Amino acid sequence: MSRQSLAKAHQKIQELSWEPQYHEPYMKYGTDYTFRKAAKKDPLKQVLRSYFPMQEEKDNRVYGASDGAIRGNMFRQVQERWLEWQKLFLSIIPLPEISAARSMPMLFQAVPNPELHNGQAIQMIDEVRHSTIQQNLKRLYMNNYIDPAGFNNTLRNFHSDYCGTIGRQFAEGFITGDAITAASIYLTIVAETAFTNTLFVAMPAEAAANGDYLLPTVFHSVQSDESRHISNGYATLLMALSDEDNRQLLERDLRYAWWNNHRVVDAAIGTFIEYGTKDRRKDRESYAEMWRRWIYDDYYRAYLLPLEKYGLVIPHDLIEESWNQIWNKGYVHEVAQFFATGWLANYWRIDGMTDEDFEWFEYKYPGWYDKYGKWWENYNRLSRPNGHHPIVAEDVDYVYPHRCWTCMVPCLVREDMVVDKVDGQWRTYCHEACRWTDAEAFRPTYQGRETPNMGKLVGHREWETLYHGWNWADVVEDMGFVRDDGKTLTAQPHLDLDPKKMWTTDHLRRMGPVASPNVILNEMSDSEREAFVADYNRQGPAGRPADSTS
Amino acid sequence: MTSTEERPERSVPKPVFTDAEAGAKEFPDSGPSARRYNYFKPAKRKQTHYEDVTVEVQPDPRHYLSQGWIYGFADGSRGYPLTWTKLKAWGVDEPEPERGPGSGGRHVADWPAHGWHEFRDPNEEWELTMYRYNANVVRQINQNVENARNAKAFDQWTPNWVRFVERNVGAWMHIEHILGLYVFAACNRSGPTNMHNTVMAVNSEHKIRFAQDLALYNLTLTEEIEGFDGTAHLDAWNNDAEWQGVRSVCEALTAVHDDWGESIFATNIVFEPLLGELFRSGLVMQSAAGNGDYVTPTVMGAGEYDFAQRDLRWTVACFAPLTQDREFADHNKELFNGWLAHWVPLAIDAARTMQPLWSQPDAKPPRFEDSLDRVKNRFAGILTDLGLEAPKELNQ
Repeated sequence: MSRQSLAKAHQKIQELSWEPQYHEPYMKYGTDYTFRKAAKKDPLKQVLRSYFPMQEEKDNRVYGASDGAIRGNMFRQVQERWLEWQKLFLSIIPLPEISAARSMPMLFQAVPNPELHNGQAIQMIDEVRHSTIQQNLKRLYMNNYIDPAGFNNTLRNFHSDYCGTIGRQFAEGFITGDAITAASIYLTIVAETAFTNTLFVAMPAEAAANGDYLLPTVFHSVQSDESRHISNGYATLLMALSDEDNRQLLERDLRYAWWNNHRVVDAAIGTFIEYGTKDRRKDRESYAEMWRRWIYDDYYRAYLLPLEKYGLVIPHDLIEESWNQIWNKGYVHEVAQFFATGWLANYWRIDGMTDEDFEWFEYKYPGWYDKYGKWWENYNRLSRPNGHHPIVAEDVDYVYPHRCWTCMVPCLVREDMVVDKVDGQWRTYCHEACRWTDAEAFRPTYQGRETPNMGKLVGHREWETLYHGWNWADVVEDMGFVRDDGKTLTAQPHLDLDPKKMWTTDHLRRMGPVASPNVILNEMSDSEREAFVADYNRQGPAGRPADSTS
Repeated sequence: MTSTEERPERSVPKPVFTDAEAGAKEFPDSGPSARRYNYFKPAKRKQTHYEDVTVEVQPDPRHYLSQGWIYGFADGSRGYPLTWTKLKAWGVDEPEPERGPGSGGRHVADWPAHGWHEFRDPNEEWELTMYRYNANVVRQINQNVENARNAKAFDQWTPNWVRFVERNVGAWMHIEHILGLYVFAACNRSGPTNMHNTVMAVNSEHKIRFAQDLALYNLTLTEEIEGFDGTAHLDAWNNDAEWQGVRSVCEALTAVHDDWGESIFATNIVFEPLLGELFRSGLVMQSAAGNGDYVTPTVMGAGEYDFAQRDLRWTVACFAPLTQDREFADHNKELFNGWLAHWVPLAIDAARTMQPLWSQPDAKPPRFEDSLDRVKNRFAGILTDLGLEAPKELNQ
């Protein structure tokens, strides 16, 4: 390494900053933000001369550990309950990573500060690293873990599965619509600064407790890059704040980004950490405790609040409501219960909860058993095929939920569900904040202001719609969630790999057809719909019908 | 005598023997044939590590994206529209599967649905390879420069060569930087598949690294050579007549209107051979030794290798099949020829504007016309590899 100091080297490369003289670059990606004041310095102060060897060294450690895990027979100690959930997580996460790489050039154009472009370019390279290193980790699991099904067809499954579609917001949201909304506020200010703490720090810790030290090896290495990306976001945010015209948009985007990240990340990672672990030590942190520490204290109180003095309007109400959802309204438990209800439409096996799990949940979340215990007992009772249907088609005091049009997680906290007619269609939303996102934020005008660059929520956002009227066996075959004998399901509601205990499409063929809640909603008369909403709002907790809770 | 204070037992997870290793049990999907990614067809008989970590990461509604893209731009476009270049690969005009209530997933029946998905980077770049490659390059450059510094090698440079390096070698860093950030990185959002976008990101990092290599080399020379003006490159870049033609073409590459294909083609097929190699190989590396400089060619040579051995390789692999495309060969050739007719004259004009640079060193490099002939021949060979013919504008 040269003797030149990093600061001097970084100062030198600023001479590369380009002011166009003959041709202006084509501006492909628009933003409604303006940047007329206060250029910020590149916070990364990273030069590629030191960056590449540093990353190579980090890679050497990761791949050395991978070799060690295989030689040391790590998979003899891995908890299947844990690794099964990685089939979902590792199918989702490479796309958000590579999307983050794709989003960086959107910022080159939107943020007219050449000095920041250096940091954004390095982030682009980092994200290529993350995506491919995670694909590689999944490949290693596929090759060495007892059950490769679900890992081996992960990128077919993820793209068509309803859980994958929920996760896909955490990718398409980075690269589509207003460049600053997407690549700065949603990606770097909220997703990376707040929620990678639970994704890449809290979750790997749980992996290690379940015998998997490769996930922490890879993801802590990834997280060491994230800290640089957080600096990128901060610099852009300060630039945006210095222009008062941006404050209305910042307020909008922070509300959208915060709430959507909470809905998506807390649903997935909360479930992995609470329901994918076998570590039931009473003194290990629950997801709620981790959230309070990593997100509420470290992000909200230590990062966001100090920005208030610069004029940032912080969505205090939504942050408190997120905590309310996690702590008082059982958001994570409701999601885990739903994932398990729909186990047959997935591509991983979901273990039932045991008495030890019950005890831990009751200790960490007092009152848990009264709400969810009975249902999980039913889940275990119905886990092996024995003349009955999968739990979704049995009477276990559970009403199949409607899907939130915005975040696409079902409307599980039933009292919060709202409906609205948007773009000529009746839609259900899990919470008023999600209704606002679709009906007010993602629109070409916002509070009377023209926002021509704001994106749109599009696509077939409720997966059941595509299979309305189909037999469940045909649905699972069409999605490709079947093993190599052509009929055994990839997913199972237990971890027993004895073929006699595994569900097949033959078992599903006896079930009734899939019905799309949204199609049904749109067939209702006004009075039927009002009655439906009133009933739905009285349901729960744990998806119980209204009558049994009144 | 010492006493040991008894500590409470630490709370740690307890390892459990689970026997969750591959092969521990037999069940559907437990065999070796299930241990491969099975959602794509490899380019060759056996799928490669590179394919495993890149193919299909970027979804496609014509493959498995049954619920479709879920975010759209204000104009309604979404995902990675195939119309973001005018080039076409077979199958792209086929409509996307129409999905709606009760339609089912309508997943791809015959992967890959369209020809763009057939592209593979011949360098097989992913994170492991790109860090190894670039780390090796920067290590080697550092060692070369450090050795030269210890050997007082810069003392042997002629004064004219010092001026040449501070102005002209310095000026080239700007071109690499602009192409790296505002062509290759800019286009990595636009390509139709993950293989395209990944390779554009890798090409971008080569360029950005090379720009910084030159900037930091310039810093070293400022520290080592008395009177070396470390800011002269800015004056040359902004004001020297010799640089304004190539600067204009370079900036024009960033201004290509909404077509990643044209941006990449014009840069790696036209600009790089006719201007990049002309300056780097045809001037700097040929003339350095005669002027007492054995260091600059090693820095310049690293960037030259990036292009000649890696970036050009993927670009040919990307574009050559399009001229043989089973459905759109004529359409693509017409486009390529149009782009050649536009960009080649600009490049040749810019090259001639640079001609006075060949007269600046004391020990003269090959004649400008010889260097230009050489890159023209090389360029014509690249076009042959692509299945194209050299445009008449090359004879200017």
